[in-house]
Amino acid sequence: MENFEPEIVAFCCHYCAYTAADMAGSKRISYPSNVKIIRVPCTGKVDAIHLMKALEKGADGVYVAGCLEGDCHFKNGNLRARARVDRVKKVLTELGWEPERVGMVNMSAGMGEKFAETAREFTETIKKLGPSPGKLTGNESKAAS
Amino acid sequence: MITAEQKPIQEIIQYIAPYSRILLVGCNECVTVCAAGGRKEVGLLASALHLNSLKQGKTIDIKEITLERQCDPEYVEELAPYIDGADAVVSMACGCGVQSVAGRFKTSPVFPAVNTRFMGASLGQGVWAERCKGCGDCVLGITGGICPVARCSKHLFNGPCGGTSNGQCEISPDVDCAWRLIWERLKELGMENRYEDLMNAKDWRPGGAAGPGKIIREDLAQ
Repeated sequence: MENFEPEIVAFCCHYCAYTAADMAGSKRISYPSNVKIIRVPCTGKVDAIHLMKALEKGADGVYVAGCLEGDCHFKNGNLRARARVDRVKKVLTELGWEPERVGMVNMSAGMGEKFAETAREFTETIKKLGPSPGKLTGNESKAAS
Repeated sequence: MITAEQKPIQEIIQYIAPYSRILLVGCNECVTVCAAGGRKEVGLLASALHLNSLKQGKTIDIKEITLERQCDPEYVEELAPYIDGADAVVSMACGCGVQSVAGRFKTSPVFPAVNTRFMGASLGQGVWAERCKGCGDCVLGITGGICPVARCSKHLFNGPCGGTSNGQCEISPDVDCAWRLIWERLKELGMENRYEDLMNAKDWRPGGAAGPGKIIREDLAQ
């Protein structure tokens, strides 16, 4: 288990976190390669089903990275995303999955360090949790198909 | 609309535990509007059931389908091609939809995935409140458009009772006293004199007290 390298999906807003990831790259700040970024036009576009499907298809953790609260390019997409993340946490809890496998973070486009720090912290959290409960039964490919 | 809320997932899981091929059926009408059992909720529940089966190390095959209306036989018939491929049906419609499906496909167990709550109206995004009890003899015309059956906790017809406090119901400060609302509305309409008219004891038979309700329109029924 000590060699466990989690697969993490990060839904990143085009206007902030995605640009922050770029900033991290420009500044040569490294962050774990476990984090796979999916760019979205706004985190308000990320629905609960996207988070659930990511877990269903084998992600060990999923987080949504949106603009600082009050700074959403589309007014309140990041607040909607936070509410959806909270809802998925409740569903996971009901199912006996660790709710920490999903998360919501906020940052601005200029916060390259914050992006890298978030990626590191989330990766560490998931490493401590271990592989997704679906993987432990060796069954994840069946449902994903 | 008819409002509903999804049942606790564990209850649904227990229903379907003996089965591996599930037909998960949503409805495009009321339960879609109240975000309990439309196409989106069907997808989410299917995903949750998949996550559960992953954890349990089981395989589960879920066919997702959302009907235009689950309470009309014409639409329920659309399930016919899929029913043999399923061990059990899980319906995300209101109780009317669940029973329509169960009545049509008698050999398949049909389980509800939502709790049907009440006939309500939307107060804003994500908020629904009860507005009608289906009493079968509407009195809104004489109560200023505020229903004492649905909105008075005691269904009083000559209220308010002694439990009204600062215009709120004694069951909770969050619940408006329906008779306070009726009085205010009648005043706005200049119809205060209506308030003095005593209403007779209500005949509850049209609202279900005489057995299950049924409407037959002779000109339409075949």
